[in-house]
Amino acid sequence: MTNKVYTKEAFTALKSIINKEITRYFRIWIQTLLPPAITTSLYFVIFGKLIGSRVGLMDGVSYMEYITPGLIMMAVITNSYSNVASSFFSAKFQRNIEELLVSPVPTLYILLGYVLGGVSRGLFIGIIVTIVASQFVDLHIQNYALVFFVIILTSMMFATAGLVNAVFAKSFDDISIVPTFILTPLTYLGGVFYSIKMLPEFWQNVSMANPVLYMVNAFRYGFLGFSDIPIENAIILILLFIVSLFSLAYYLLSRGIGIRA
Amino acid sequence: MKKYALEISSLRKTYANGFEALKGITFNVEEGDFIALLGPNGAGKSTSIGIICSLVNKTSGEVRVFGHSIDQELESAKRCIGLVPQEFNFSQFETCLQIVVNQAGYYGVKRNKAILRAEVVLKQLDLWDKKNDQARSLSGGMKRRLMIARALMHEPKILILDEPTAGVDIEIRRTMWGFLKKLNEDGTTIVLTTHYLEEAEELCRNIAIINYGEIVENTSMKELLSRLDIETFVLDVESMPSELPIIEGVNFRIRDEHRIEFDLPKEKALNEVFEWFNRNNIRVTSMRNKSNRLEELFVQLTEKGRQTVNLRDEKGQSND
Repeated sequence: MTNKVYTKEAFTALKSIINKEITRYFRIWIQTLLPPAITTSLYFVIFGKLIGSRVGLMDGVSYMEYITPGLIMMAVITNSYSNVASSFFSAKFQRNIEELLVSPVPTLYILLGYVLGGVSRGLFIGIIVTIVASQFVDLHIQNYALVFFVIILTSMMFATAGLVNAVFAKSFDDISIVPTFILTPLTYLGGVFYSIKMLPEFWQNVSMANPVLYMVNAFRYGFLGFSDIPIENAIILILLFIVSLFSLAYYLLSRGIGIRA
Repeated sequence: MKKYALEISSLRKTYANGFEALKGITFNVEEGDFIALLGPNGAGKSTSIGIICSLVNKTSGEVRVFGHSIDQELESAKRCIGLVPQEFNFSQFETCLQIVVNQAGYYGVKRNKAILRAEVVLKQLDLWDKKNDQARSLSGGMKRRLMIARALMHEPKILILDEPTAGVDIEIRRTMWGFLKKLNEDGTTIVLTTHYLEEAEELCRNIAIINYGEIVENTSMKELLSRLDIETFVLDVESMPSELPIIEGVNFRIRDEHRIEFDLPKEKALNEVFEWFNRNNIRVTSMRNKSNRLEELFVQLTEKGRQTVNLRDEKGQSND
């Protein structure tokens, strides 16, 4: 069989993995698609309407408008991460990962399948939260291409991170530790609700070590046209994270770490 | 020249905890064969299957599937294999159709073709009316059949079944036997592990017995069964004779008031036994083997292996 045929077959396999992933999160939509819509609505009601109305303008826009990109990004990060972490760990736990391991799907395509599954959920959640946000704020997106680009890159990065987490996880607790103790604090301290310019210089410098800050700001730049961070730096950093995490995940899967005896 | 579906040579596996599951096993499976891979629990059967199917990393040795080395041509080797594992390993929340169609997709079968193939396979295994049911709602027997259906979606040249009929009732087991026989007749090579030795005897032409990580027997079923020196039979009699028969070389025992058990050496004929009962006007209402013939040999062979290992352990201890 020629390499061309193999590549075609691998592409069909990739589509099957993505299709399986999408079917999975649609099947459990009450757990996967509904909560971000409800949570975001609450954020808008509490921080936007009630508290936000007492906060002045932020960089020339209303507080509600200011927090919108961050809230979308927060939902994208959490969902793309947890999609792959829980799906891959469940596949390990129920042992249906063996369906893939015995098949001729190349490791790269298994990795891509799970990551793109996570990206699709991130994107889908991004759209849902944007629709919810549009009920509260009059949205004016400055740069659609950048918004789309950042959302794809961010969900790709966190989906890959979720897979790495799932590879090492031995119990369901292990896949909730990172989101609870690392991801949530990083997101809340990543400039979703405030500008780092409001912080003392020391904490501004500390904040620069938080990767989520770059993503939120790149996304905010796409939405509102301003950012605390130079946009090029943000994009480069996200790309570096993606390459590092993707290489690590590929290494783990190809060595069979956590999935083969 | 013989063509092999599986060529396994000097295959070793030592797990991270130091347990040596395979100690350099070598055996071949011819194309079109129906072979039983037998052994007690923990003997190394599942480890061997795991290595062949890329679920377990080998420590050393070589495996070829239809000539494709799993080291150099893993993808080609994988394409030839269909695996039915011991434990249910599909997503319990997916429907039967989703499970088999996705699996076909992993082998590069396009979705529209996979659905057509799914209809054929699920109908053959009597699961078509369950196609839209979640796997978790199926009975144990149906789940086993679903795993066979899944393994057949890409039309593998070799089907490896790891205890496929465990926990399945007799009727379904016999239906599955018929299905597997037909599959083998149509050209699929089959490797079967089972604890039901009657199943192995009924289905398989060849047999490999693995014990303590070593192949202790690899021969044809016929040849192996011909080695059985003594068979034990149980007779149901209407009335018990006043004394047990005396026939040279045959050892009789009373089981209860209507049953007599005897060991018959290979060189003796059953006629002698029946003649004795006829002469003494004892009516024999039925006769059966005490245990499956293969079971008797299996116990002998694996017991021999256990004794060898014990002896080795004792020697090892005395050397310390």
